[in-house]
Amino acid sequence: MHETTLLLIEVGALLLGMSLLGRLALLIGLSPIPFYLVLGLAFGSGGIVPFDASIEFLQTGSEIGVILLLALLGLEYTATELFDSLKSARMPGVVDGLLNALPGAALALLLGWGPVAAVALAGVTWVSSSGVVAKLLRDLGRLSNRETPAILGVLVIEDLAMAFYLPVLSAIVIGVSLVQGAIAVAIAVAVVVVILYIALRHGHLVSRLFPADHAEPLLLGVLGLTMLVAGLAQEVSVSAAVGAFLVGIALSGRVAVNASQVLTPLRDLFAATFFVFFGLTTDSSQLLSMILPALLLAAITIATKLVTGAYAAKRAGVGTLGRWRAGFALAPRGEFSIVIAGLAVTSGVEPALASLATDYVLITIIAGTFLARVPDATWFRQAVRRRQQRARQAV
Amino acid sequence: MASRNGVTIAGVGIRIEKVDLPGIGVRHDLVTEAGRRISVVSHRDGERDLGVFDLDDPDECRAPVSLSDDEAAALADVLSASVMLSRLTSLSDETAGLYTEQIALPTDSPYLNRTLGDTKARTRTHASIVAIVRDRQVIASPTPSEPLRAGDVIVAVGTREGLDGVSRLLANGPD
Repeated sequence: MHETTLLLIEVGALLLGMSLLGRLALLIGLSPIPFYLVLGLAFGSGGIVPFDASIEFLQTGSEIGVILLLALLGLEYTATELFDSLKSARMPGVVDGLLNALPGAALALLLGWGPVAAVALAGVTWVSSSGVVAKLLRDLGRLSNRETPAILGVLVIEDLAMAFYLPVLSAIVIGVSLVQGAIAVAIAVAVVVVILYIALRHGHLVSRLFPADHAEPLLLGVLGLTMLVAGLAQEVSVSAAVGAFLVGIALSGRVAVNASQVLTPLRDLFAATFFVFFGLTTDSSQLLSMILPALLLAAITIATKLVTGAYAAKRAGVGTLGRWRAGFALAPRGEFSIVIAGLAVTSGVEPALASLATDYVLITIIAGTFLARVPDATWFRQAVRRRQQRARQAV
Repeated sequence: MASRNGVTIAGVGIRIEKVDLPGIGVRHDLVTEAGRRISVVSHRDGERDLGVFDLDDPDECRAPVSLSDDEAAALADVLSASVMLSRLTSLSDETAGLYTEQIALPTDSPYLNRTLGDTKARTRTHASIVAIVRDRQVIASPTPSEPLRAGDVIVAVGTREGLDGVSRLLANGPD
């Protein structure tokens, strides 16, 4: 059979399978990300059926997927929102970073994977999945709730922190000497600051490059600029994902709204490809051996996210039940954790990290989705109320 | 505070809070005198949810309802009509310095056979046209697209000056 023919058959079957799993995910109210990962694992190295002809195509697709994932995340935020969140949610952001990054780093060191893997795993456990959390809030009808701005504030800070974390990670995974590494990090941070400055101050000029009302040139133009900047960013080891994120932030107004409309279907396709590809390249024979560390890590970092969320909500003057809701809502990790693990493993960090990250993301998404519903349960509300009454009587 | 909270005073003792929801849109809350909280989340893509906060848990909005453009406009109309009615009924004591007046549309009015919206009466005079009496029928809370016909009697509410302004406007057009 011709190579291209085989590619069509493999990719077609894969997409069909993903669509079926996506519907299953919708049915049980779960994010489709775990399903895509599992599908990839089933066909990857050590899985049931190896998948060869289309691997190159899927690899390119998955790289575009990361870029689009980040570009659309950037499009969702306006520059002012970033600045306001930076002012108001700074403290919860710092607490979030410390509480959730440290357990990951500690586990990597305990497993003897070395300091670079520790930095990578710290990132994996740090960042909640903006996509999964925002969808969860929507599905549970919590957008109007008073704790929601606090949750979103934490997510914005995390996403913004990634703009600095990813370049640092890309610089250190290359494994250069300390001085060279410091220089690479300095260049990366300087580039991010410059692009961020252009995005915030002259974003309207960037937006003017594109026709807001014509879907096709808009799609090609924004996609082109995003990939171009992502590639250039990669070239100076700032990480393509961050370049794409900054392009998303730079675009504003109607251009941003329409661009995210035309790019969303593309993002859905390629981001799904990314998750499947990550599963494909992860050695599924190691999944089982990593399940215990992953469970331990998930238990600890779900607890630390609970503390983070409760703290952020308390600062916003939200009551006990709302604090529980905010804490559990932040539990799911997702796309960023996989992006970070992918970046680390392709650069030669301990390959078991990919298996651990996969297990970890599966556990936190599944557990987080169910835990988020707990504060709505009658028994939980009654328990909280009883405790409050006891506390009041004790005073 | 997790987000910048802007508080605007929308009337005597009425508090409207504005909260940014990064990546989603804006939330406006109205806190009633009794302490209940009603919120409208305006999504960036133009959708909106109306929610009423829980009695037990003042932070939670139970079962928010999403409204289409037309549904939201209809709800706003119903509310403003009921406000007009309650203002009309309380006018007898005239403590607020508000008066109601019935103005017959002059036969040579420049607005004859044009729409109510064309008069821009509320913007120009600060008085509100709350009803039109036509052929002994009352058109309550007329919309801006309501045409003005010969023989219409316009019911307006406003200050003395405002009502005089409406009379002049209907007779002579804008100054």
